Amino acid sequence: MADTAASLPPTAPASALRRLLRRKLALFGLAIIVLVVGGAVCAPWIAPFAPDEQLFDGLTLFGEPLPPGGQFLMGTDLLGRDLFTRMLYGARTSLIIGVAANGVALVIGTLVGVLAGFRRGWLGALLMRFTDLMMAFPALLLAICLAAIFQPSLWIVAMVIALVNWVQTARVVYTETTSLAEREFVAAEKTLGASQARILFRHILPHLVPTLIVWGTLGISVTVLLEATLSFLGVGVQPPTPSWGNIIFENQTYFQAAPWLVFIPGAAILLLALAFNLVGDALRDVLDPTQRGND
Amino acid sequence: MTLAAQTMAAPVQGAAATPLLSVRDLTVSVRDRGVLRPLVEGLSFDLAAGETLAIAGESGSGKSITSLALMGLLPNNVAVTAGQALLDGTDLPRLPEAEMRGLRGAKVAMIFQEPMTSLNPVHRIGTQLIEAIRAHEPVPQRAARAAAIEALRRVRISEPERRMGQYPHELSGGMRQRVMIAMALAMRPALLIADEPTTALDVTVQREVLELLRDLQAETGTAIILITHDMGVVAETADRVVVMKAGQVVESGPVAQIFDAPAQPYTRDLLAAVPRLGAGAERGALLPPEAPVPVARLIDAQVRFDIGANFFGRPTHRVHAVEGVSFDIRPGETFGLVGESGCGKSTIAKALAGLVPHRGLIEVAGKKLSELTAQGRKEICRDVQMVFQDPMAALDPRMTVGEAVAEPLLIHGVGNAEERRDRAADLFQRVGLTPEQMTRYPHEFSGGQRQRICVARALALKPKLIICDESVSALDVSVQARVLALLEELQQEMGVSYLFISHDMAVVENVVDRLAVMYLGQIVEMGTRDQVFGDPRHPYTQRLLDAVPIPDPARRGRAHVRPAGEMPSPIRALGDAPARLALRDVGGGHLVAAAA
Repeated sequence: MADTAASLPPTAPASALRRLLRRKLALFGLAIIVLVVGGAVCAPWIAPFAPDEQLFDGLTLFGEPLPPGGQFLMGTDLLGRDLFTRMLYGARTSLIIGVAANGVALVIGTLVGVLAGFRRGWLGALLMRFTDLMMAFPALLLAICLAAIFQPSLWIVAMVIALVNWVQTARVVYTETTSLAEREFVAAEKTLGASQARILFRHILPHLVPTLIVWGTLGISVTVLLEATLSFLGVGVQPPTPSWGNIIFENQTYFQAAPWLVFIPGAAILLLALAFNLVGDALRDVLDPTQRGND
Repeated sequence: MTLAAQTMAAPVQGAAATPLLSVRDLTVSVRDRGVLRPLVEGLSFDLAAGETLAIAGESGSGKSITSLALMGLLPNNVAVTAGQALLDGTDLPRLPEAEMRGLRGAKVAMIFQEPMTSLNPVHRIGTQLIEAIRAHEPVPQRAARAAAIEALRRVRISEPERRMGQYPHELSGGMRQRVMIAMALAMRPALLIADEPTTALDVTVQREVLELLRDLQAETGTAIILITHDMGVVAETADRVVVMKAGQVVESGPVAQIFDAPAQPYTRDLLAAVPRLGAGAERGALLPPEAPVPVARLIDAQVRFDIGANFFGRPTHRVHAVEGVSFDIRPGETFGLVGESGCGKSTIAKALAGLVPHRGLIEVAGKKLSELTAQGRKEICRDVQMVFQDPMAALDPRMTVGEAVAEPLLIHGVGNAEERRDRAADLFQRVGLTPEQMTRYPHEFSGGQRQRICVARALALKPKLIICDESVSALDVSVQARVLALLEELQQEMGVSYLFISHDMAVVENVVDRLAVMYLGQIVEMGTRDQVFGDPRHPYTQRLLDAVPIPDPARRGRAHVRPAGEMPSPIRALGDAPARLALRDVGGGHLVAAAA
């Protein structure tokens, strides 16, 4: 392995992909992501039932949900709907929230953090005080207010979550950027006559990648659960549209009687976050030149 | 003192008396992907009470690993795999951790290079000292406190009672190292291991600390293992020397023998590479002529930083980092700036490179820095380049070194991609590297190679002036000698001028044509190398020169200047500017400040 790396050093992206695929954990994570995305996209064709169909034989004679196995792969919920179907459709919602909303939050947070950390001065002070204000403000309350103002729909919920979730990223990126801006190689760039933009894009942003990967993957589970909370409070994705989060919240009171209703979506959220985390970690190592030859 | 050291060393040469510490065939290995790789191999030596043994070597020689092995402080993947180290009959590497803990501090103590990181910043000096004492002896608080004050007094710290209540950051570097020594010697250990104890200190402070160690040793009979890369320090303090290279002992013997008649070629090369005061005369006294337009000119330059804030947000204090400095650098010459830390020499470099704002006049190639537009700022970068102290920090770790060297060309839009790559390849060859190495990253190179890469990057735009800010200070002496030779070659070839900033008087003496000595933000003496080194007039210059350790054990006994106390702070209340020193010409352009 070391030999191939030594003899084929150039063309960074191609070799980076190859080295990524050589990591077993990363492949495992990638497989899960592909599986979830595939399931979400192909839901109408895979799903055995319609997502909100209340099946007659989905409940026992006493009105209890059915456990996994038999006709229903993952069992049924309190209204006799097939859980597997709802998980597939719910993946659509949760992916949009966990990837899109979280991604937008990450972008906003990075912009604010980098700008404040790199420019400092009054602009930096203003941005960071605003960030502090947002941090101090109860995020849930803000989300409820925003969701109440706009007509709840999936994309509005995603936007609301993005607006609430960029704050931590901004804080961390700000701190990181200020310390990077003090590093000697940045001073060296200045003495070479490099422009601000060049220093920012070529020398500061690449160093922020590891931090962004960590915060990005952490954000997935946080945002998916935040969506569930909003659904629970009636301002999230509106029922009967399923999401992994609101499946948990709909059924949490029956946790003792029908544990699978909470356990399965919970495990799905965990697995998705883990998958992104594994891929992200591997990506960070592969993109870091100082880690070369360690794989 | 020399006499005392000799009598103490005497029994060892007979080897009849049992030595305090006896190291036999010590091998320390690191486990790297399942394979044991030796870091230190077959090290043997004896050490008697009251004796000083220096383990000298360059980075990677295994000298620090040896000290950690003796202290039982090796990292997890490193272990002693063979041999023994008997301290009074106890085999240190094989002692269980619980017993080793009892020994550490009480019988074996250690002081490290950087006293700031070895002291806990959130505890007072007194608390830390008392804790160290009570960890080994269950004495009451009051007795421990008295012992702590006594320990501080022994290391000649002024006002020991007051220091007890201070925090580490309130003390200067030299004082912190004294506190570390006080802590290490509080229990009167039989063996003291000092790992580069003075490397982070200024030369005058280094001198004081070394003398202190020697006096304390004479008083207590502690045996000292001194680990250092500095042959000057070895010559001034050691009784015997072990020279190490890549984990192996190259040569060992009494200090006089090693210096006067080194048996191994490596030792000879190492000693030859050590910069010595007085060797600079070989450079020739030919000064580049004064040109109508100097490469750089400073007239009454000042750099001040406002700090602190009162209730209304106004600054309360001002750091007078550079205060009224004037000099010029002629084309093709090397101008030196020397002084101890905090004297403002690096700030001048930053001001010249446009990294900090200044007042007064700074001109580069006839253009005033303060009147430049953004475009002009960029243009001036073609004339002034900088080589920093730590090449690892000055290179972007995520960029290949080829990209780094070609980057200034890209920034200034020189040529197309292919021409830039060719030029970078040329530069690589010019500084003694191969173009094949251009696709590698900075961490894949050694320190000396990295500094060559930085030199190549600085040369890319063919500047008129290169600022070398402590550029060779972090390098091993043999590497340092080669980088200095490269710089001189490049100067002869391209006629570039250097502003050479260093704290190391011996290096400066070897490379500069003219120099200025700085103290507290002002120049106290300036002239040609022969004027300043041959006839130092200002007391501070004299003290600096006296403090330089001389790599010649025969000259150990020379009289030393008295300690001059702490350097005053350059931070002053607003409106309380320091008095300007007037420079007086004492003949031939040799300028000296009137002694205060």
